[in-house]
Amino acid sequence: MIATQPIKVTVNGRPRMLDVAVHHSLLDVLRDDLALTGTKECCLVGECGACTVIVDGRPVDSCLILAVEADGAEISTVEGLAAEGRLSPLQQAFLDTGAVQCGFCIPGQLMSATALLAENPHPTVPEIQEGLAGNLCRCGGYLQISEAVLAAAEAGTR
Amino acid sequence: MSARIGTSPARVGGQDRVTGSQQYVADIHLADVLHAKLVTLDCARARIVSIDTSAALRVPGVRLVMTAADLPQPVPRFGPQFEDRPVLAVGEAKYHGEPVAAVAADTKDAAEEAAGLVKVEYEELPAVFTIAAALDPAAPLVQDPALRPDDPLARTNVLREHHFGWGDVDAVAASAELVVENTWTFPMVTHFAIEPHAFMAAPDGDGIAVWSSIQHPNWLQKTLARILGLPLSRVRVFAPDPGGGFGGKQHPKLEPLVALMALRAGRPVRLVLTLEETFQAVRRNSTEIHVRSGFRADGTLVFRDIESNYLLGAYADIADRTVAKGSYAACGPYRVPAARIVARSILSHTTPSTAFRGFGNPQPIWAVESSMDEAARALGIDPLELRLRNLARRGEEIIPGDTPADGDWEQTARKAAGLVGWGTPLPAGRGRGIAFGIKSGPTTGLSYSTVRLLADGSVIVYAGTSDMGQGARTVFAQIAAQELGAPIDWITVVMGDTAVVPYDQQTSASRSTVLMGNSILAACREVQAKVRAMASRVHGVDEAQIVVEHGVVRLPDRELPIVDVLAPGLGRLGGEIVGNGEMRKEAEPGHPLGGSAAFYEFNCTAVEADVDQGTGDIVLVRYATVSDVGRALNPAHVRSQDEGAAIQGLGHTLMEHYIYDEQGRIRNLGAIDYRIPTSMDLPTELLSDTVENADGPGPYGSKGMSEGALLCVAPAVAAAVRDATGVVIRDLPLTPERVWQALQERSTR
Repeated sequence: MIATQPIKVTVNGRPRMLDVAVHHSLLDVLRDDLALTGTKECCLVGECGACTVIVDGRPVDSCLILAVEADGAEISTVEGLAAEGRLSPLQQAFLDTGAVQCGFCIPGQLMSATALLAENPHPTVPEIQEGLAGNLCRCGGYLQISEAVLAAAEAGTR
Repeated sequence: MSARIGTSPARVGGQDRVTGSQQYVADIHLADVLHAKLVTLDCARARIVSIDTSAALRVPGVRLVMTAADLPQPVPRFGPQFEDRPVLAVGEAKYHGEPVAAVAADTKDAAEEAAGLVKVEYEELPAVFTIAAALDPAAPLVQDPALRPDDPLARTNVLREHHFGWGDVDAVAASAELVVENTWTFPMVTHFAIEPHAFMAAPDGDGIAVWSSIQHPNWLQKTLARILGLPLSRVRVFAPDPGGGFGGKQHPKLEPLVALMALRAGRPVRLVLTLEETFQAVRRNSTEIHVRSGFRADGTLVFRDIESNYLLGAYADIADRTVAKGSYAACGPYRVPAARIVARSILSHTTPSTAFRGFGNPQPIWAVESSMDEAARALGIDPLELRLRNLARRGEEIIPGDTPADGDWEQTARKAAGLVGWGTPLPAGRGRGIAFGIKSGPTTGLSYSTVRLLADGSVIVYAGTSDMGQGARTVFAQIAAQELGAPIDWITVVMGDTAVVPYDQQTSASRSTVLMGNSILAACREVQAKVRAMASRVHGVDEAQIVVEHGVVRLPDRELPIVDVLAPGLGRLGGEIVGNGEMRKEAEPGHPLGGSAAFYEFNCTAVEADVDQGTGDIVLVRYATVSDVGRALNPAHVRSQDEGAAIQGLGHTLMEHYIYDEQGRIRNLGAIDYRIPTSMDLPTELLSDTVENADGPGPYGSKGMSEGALLCVAPAVAAAVRDATGVVIRDLPLTPERVWQALQERSTR
């Protein structure tokens, strides 16, 4: 018998009451229980960043925290970035600069970059590279991703 | 937005990728799906004595435990070159991580628990996981000789020994005034696509439907049809865009297992590999390359003598082809009067190696380009100058009987050199390196396509290419936009469903822009011809007086957009215009590779480096990669491919390598202990550029270009390290530890 525990979380602005397996990660619950498959699964050891979501304002590898630990938290995933069907400036910038290649790492990159810009609205390139160092891109789109974050930062001030 | 050729419209499919709605295989949910988990052994090689599934079957929710005994007998084997890989290990597990059984359960938790409860009794056997051990006459044989009937090498671990060459090396060797000779090694590295391989299969009427993150859906369809005894029409392969492939997702891997499990369970079954499991599924050949090159005192090449040993895994996959193709072109883009090339594909008890961006070429290029630097130093000639003296000019032969040099490669080289200020003074402690890379494009090919021009002028393109990030969807849409005039957001590109999309041989060898691109161009031309006939009928003008191009119908007295001809032309019943395209590159009997190169990818990489003498850390101050692409149909995609390939190449150059323990187990499985480049590992300044002379065989003069910028990363970086420090390192990767060690040895000499 798998032990479960009730949790209450807000995901992309929507309150959710869930009964989750105590050993399931936040990533498991997002993908399997809530069908929010935009958050990606790759390394499961907190090294690739594909599963990055924002928990109470901080970027978190959702594979590394248990869903029960997120009880009471406010969680943002890639599905919540576009408001009313309009891409966020960051999403738009990723498209405009050609930062997206295969796309598999992109949700994680976007969430890390969203958290970075929330904390530091005008990052330098080295700050962006450091801020996104935990998000691997095997297509090697790092320069275009940096350019996208810079462009979004500029758009944010216009 | 203009979407035509030479512009960079936003990636087709980009919107879904930034909103999280792009569905990769693992994101697709089927009702009643079972979750599969592989059972593997923690050793390289073992005799399987018995498998007890009873405890696993008692786990609630477990529906199936599959072992080799549950498969059709004899256990089906498959592979693109040799049908040597069994669906599950038969009798003997031959590499660390080879599946010996698999569990399917209602939940992932149950599958994982049960996989741990499958009790495999096994006897560990001696294994070989290095070139030297595999070549030892006393080495255990990796493959049963019975699998290799009529093969004189069947009682060795050499799967194939390839011999290429021209001229008489021994006869001309005496005329060489300088001979340089050394051995280089290239590490075992893995693709590390951020999307781990994912597979799903479901019974589908009297056939089967299979989902796979695969580059060659039609290959998979053929493989499954044979194994399952089904007609092709009953095997439907869905190939959602892969989340990175790089060659690792070309050929079938675990799809036959998942398909047989789904048929046995009567329910859909999905298997998503962990990243660790992908290390045990795909990798590049590690290689030892011995190069002997002869020069005249003025730097003219006299001969090359190259012997390579490539370490394959336990099953061949497409790896032997990478050996043949990579070694065949090993002499590089130069005029070489005489060459002798020997290359061996050596089996071992390791992860099956396969195609990986560059396809067997980066290994000899690492060695041969590095030997050019050693010759340059010995001759006292600038390394760029030595290369240019020998570089084939357009139309000159590089491999007798094959496609001659098809670009202005000197222009490419000079552009890269210029970007790093080649020949200008450097600050103390800095060094520069330069290298050339060349790779043959596809030797055969077959791509069909269909283009439908709908009544409102919008377009649907059907192409069996896999868009794994290279941007094929966008480029194909651009071709249709260019020819038929539709805006890009009125063009839909349908891929990845063998029941809907016509046959395409494969997505590999940087072929798709050229081969599928030409096929789509042909389909558009057929549509244009039908529009011309329609315009002739509607306007009562002779067809010969009508031109249809770039989305416009030119009549003798005026010009109309295609859509204005469509409405009256199609009439009251509506309808559409359909064009079909076909692009063939036939095999050439007698050719050593079965066919000549459709084009060459030529790249020049030039690097300025600083080396931290205290830590051995290499800082790439400036890095330039320039590729001859014929014509950049989408400059943003071209840049992404070139810079992405360069960064990927920095992985095997600076940090990536498998580490084995003495039992042949991979000790650095996964992302913690196996590092790939991050945003912190980039050159301080990374510059990419192209040469575009519209001299390629693809649409509008394009060439394939997705691998070029990876080919010569390592020799360029190593040359810069040598220039900066004086130390020569012939083993990759150039880790800080290795560089530091070399610096220490230099200072103690």
